[in-house]
Amino acid sequence: MSDNPQHTPRARRGRAPDVFRPGGWVPMREYGEDETVDFAIVGTGAGGGTLACKLAEYGFSVVAFDAGPYFRPLEDFASDESEQTKLYWTDDRIVDGANPLQLGSNNSGKAVGGSTVHFAMVSLRFRPEWFKSRSLLGYGADWPLDWREMWNYYREVEQALKIAGPVNYPWGPPRPRYPYRAHPLNAAARVLAKGCEALGIGWTETPLATLSAPRGLAHPCVYRGFCVAGCSTNAKQSALVTWIPRALAAGAEIRDLAMVGRVEVDAAGRATGVHFHRDGTWHFQRARHVVVAGYAIETPRLLLNSTNGQFPDGLANSSGLVGENLMAQSNQAVWGLMDQEIRSYKGPPSLAITEHWNYEDKGKDFFGGYSYMSQGPLPQLWANTQMAARGLWGARLMSDMQNYNHVAGLKIVGEMLPQENNRVTLADEVDQFGLRIPRVTYSWCDNDKRLIAHALKFMTQALEEADARDIWTQEDDTCHLNGTARMGSDPARSVVNADCRSWDIPNLWICDGSVFPTVGGANPSLTIQAIACRTADRIRDLAGRGELDQPARRRYAAQTAQ
Amino acid sequence: MHDRGRPEPRYPGYDVLTKRQGPSWNEQTRRVVSQRLAVPAEPRFFTPDEFRTVASVAARIVPQPDGRPPVPVAALIDEKLFRGASDGYRPEGMPREREAWRQGLQALDAEAKAAYGAAFHAIGAARQDGLLARMQSGDMTSPAWGRMSPQDFFKRRMARDVVLAYYAHPTAWSEIGWGGPASPRGYVRLDFDERDPWEAAEAGSGDAVEVRRINRHVG
Repeated sequence: MSDNPQHTPRARRGRAPDVFRPGGWVPMREYGEDETVDFAIVGTGAGGGTLACKLAEYGFSVVAFDAGPYFRPLEDFASDESEQTKLYWTDDRIVDGANPLQLGSNNSGKAVGGSTVHFAMVSLRFRPEWFKSRSLLGYGADWPLDWREMWNYYREVEQALKIAGPVNYPWGPPRPRYPYRAHPLNAAARVLAKGCEALGIGWTETPLATLSAPRGLAHPCVYRGFCVAGCSTNAKQSALVTWIPRALAAGAEIRDLAMVGRVEVDAAGRATGVHFHRDGTWHFQRARHVVVAGYAIETPRLLLNSTNGQFPDGLANSSGLVGENLMAQSNQAVWGLMDQEIRSYKGPPSLAITEHWNYEDKGKDFFGGYSYMSQGPLPQLWANTQMAARGLWGARLMSDMQNYNHVAGLKIVGEMLPQENNRVTLADEVDQFGLRIPRVTYSWCDNDKRLIAHALKFMTQALEEADARDIWTQEDDTCHLNGTARMGSDPARSVVNADCRSWDIPNLWICDGSVFPTVGGANPSLTIQAIACRTADRIRDLAGRGELDQPARRRYAAQTAQ
Repeated sequence: MHDRGRPEPRYPGYDVLTKRQGPSWNEQTRRVVSQRLAVPAEPRFFTPDEFRTVASVAARIVPQPDGRPPVPVAALIDEKLFRGASDGYRPEGMPREREAWRQGLQALDAEAKAAYGAAFHAIGAARQDGLLARMQSGDMTSPAWGRMSPQDFFKRRMARDVVLAYYAHPTAWSEIGWGGPASPRGYVRLDFDERDPWEAAEAGSGDAVEVRRINRHVG
C-alpha cells in the first residue's frame, strides 16, 4: 500500500478504490465544481450512501461527500482494536446534561460508508405500531410513514444486503425468508437462548448483515469477531461494499476526505450547493438539490452552522426543532461468569436476540420496548467496561480479566423517549476547519430509567436461569443516535416531511437517522436504509410528475385545505 | 473454575505472538503490532517528571507480575498523545486529551503534596491507591483541578487510557487467553467448551504438561 487514505483523497482522476481488490481501482465519473449536479449528498453512510446509489441508478447526477477516508478493507483493516479507531469520528465534541453521552466509538463513523463500516450488522425491522406510537401506544410521536409501505422497503434492503437470518422470525407480521441462511450460534448466543427458554420467551438467530454464503468477490464470514472494529474480509455488508460500488457503477461521484462546512442558500431561499474542504482548501460544488446525511450530530451541526441573514437560526429550522429530540438508545447490560468456556470473541458479537419486550406490552411500567442480544467484547472494550462501569482497577481488575473466556453477557437496545431538551447545539469553540463544534446535551427521563430497570432485572433473571454466577449490571451505556431533524406531517412540529424534504427550503433534504421521530428498541440501520430507498423512489416519482421543485409547504397547504 | 488471584498463569505457556507469521495474522496487523512493540521507551509528549507520574499511576491501575517484561503502559500512552489521538468527545469542563492529562497529573501531585507532603510517585503504593480511590469517587478539592472533575478525569481519561494501553499489548492478550488477531483464518469451533487448535488451552482443562505443550504450539 503506497498511499495513505487518511491523508490523501483516493477517489479522483476518474477512478475510485475497488473495495474488493487490494490496490484495485474502478472507474468513477467526475463532475466539475461549476457543473450543477442534480444532487450533492453530504455523508455516505446508511442514509447518504444508500440514497446516492438509488438516485444514480434512477439517472440523476450525484456527488456524495464524506469527511472520512475511502478504505479498501482487505488491505487497510488490521485485526486490532486500537488501530481501527481510525474508523471513528473523533473530531472535538462537548457532552453535558445529567447523563452525558459517550461519543466517538460505537455511535460514530468517519469513512466512506459511514458507521456501517464498523456497525454490529444487526438488521431489524421496526415493530409496525412504532410508526404510530403516539396514536396506538400512547407515547412519543407518530411517523408520517405507513408500516406496510416500509415493509416493502425493508424487503428491498434485506435483499440488497443479503441479510442472513432465521427461516421464521418470531415477532411481528409475516415477512419473507431472509435471503441468506442464519449464522450458527456461538456459546454466548446459546447462553441467551438458555435464559429465554427457561423464562418462557422467544428468541432467534439475529438477522445480520454479514454473509453466510459467498457473494461475488466477498467470502462468507469467518467468525473472526472483529466486526465492530471493521471487517477485513468484506463479509460485512456495509454501505462501503454494497451501495457505494453500485452508486459508482451508476455514475455517481464519491469525494472522500471532503468535509462539508456550509450549505449555501440564495436570496430566493433555495440551496445552491455546498462548501467543502478538500486538499487543504475550501471549494464550492453547485447543485440543484442538497441532501444532508451526516447522522444525528453532524446533520444538525451543518444546518446550524449554515446560518445566513434569511435563516439566522440555521437552515430548515422554522420549527425550532433542528438539533432537538436527540435520541440515543439505552445499551445497558448484565454480565456473568459461566463454568464452561465461552470465548465470546468468536463470531459476530450478537448472534442471538430476543425482541420479546419490543412486542409484549403487558407487564411493563414504562412506554416503549427493548430487545436484548448476546455479546462478544474484545479485550480493550471489555477491560474498559470493567473499569468504567464496574469501577475495577488494580489487582481486582487484573484478576477479573483472567475470567475473560468465561464471560457471557446480555445487552439491550432500548427505546429512549424524544425530549426537546436532549439536543445538539453549537459550542463557541471551533474545530480544525474553523467550524463551531457541537455540544451534545443528554439526560434520561423517568421513563428511560424505568425501562432500564425493567431490562436489568429481567436479564439478571435470564442469566441466573442460564447458570451464570458473579452477575453484575452495567448501567451507563448508550448506543445509536437519532432524532434532531424529525419527520412529520406538520411543518410547525417537524423539520422534514415524509419524503425527507425540509419544509422550509424546497431543495434541501435530510436523509439519515436524524429524521426519526421515535427510535424503538431495535438497531436503526435497516430503517435508515429503508427510508433512503423510499426517499429515492419519491424523488423519482416527483421528478417524473414535474413536482420536484414544488415546495413541500405548498403541498401541505393544499392537503390541509381539502 | 479457578480461584481468583492464583499465582499460576491461567494459560500457561501461551504467547499469542507465536501465531504472528501464521494465517491468523495478515500483513497490516503484523505491521501495526510491530510498531506497538517498538514504541520508544523515552517520552516525546510528557516531560520526564510527568512520565514518572504516569508510570506510577499505571503501576497501580494495571499492576503487573514479576518474571516477564512489563507492558510499557506509560510509553504507549505517551505515543498516543504524541500522535494526537482523540476519543472524539469530552465532558463539559474537561479540556482535550493532552491538556487534560497535563492538568490532571498536576492536580494529582498537588493532592499528594497536600495529603502527604510529597509528589505522587514518592508516597508509596498504599497511599497512591488511597489517592486514586479518592479521585475515582470525586473526593478531591485541589484548585489545580480547575473546571475538570476528578471523577471524569479518572474514568474518562486517566484510567481509560491506562487500561486501553495495557490491553493493546500482546502480553496482556496472552495473559487472558484471547485468540488475538484472526484475519484471514477466523474461527471454526464456536460452541461451549470448544477450542480451535490455534487457541490457548486453559490450565485445568487437561493434563498440565499437555496444556503447556498445546499452548507452545498454537500457531
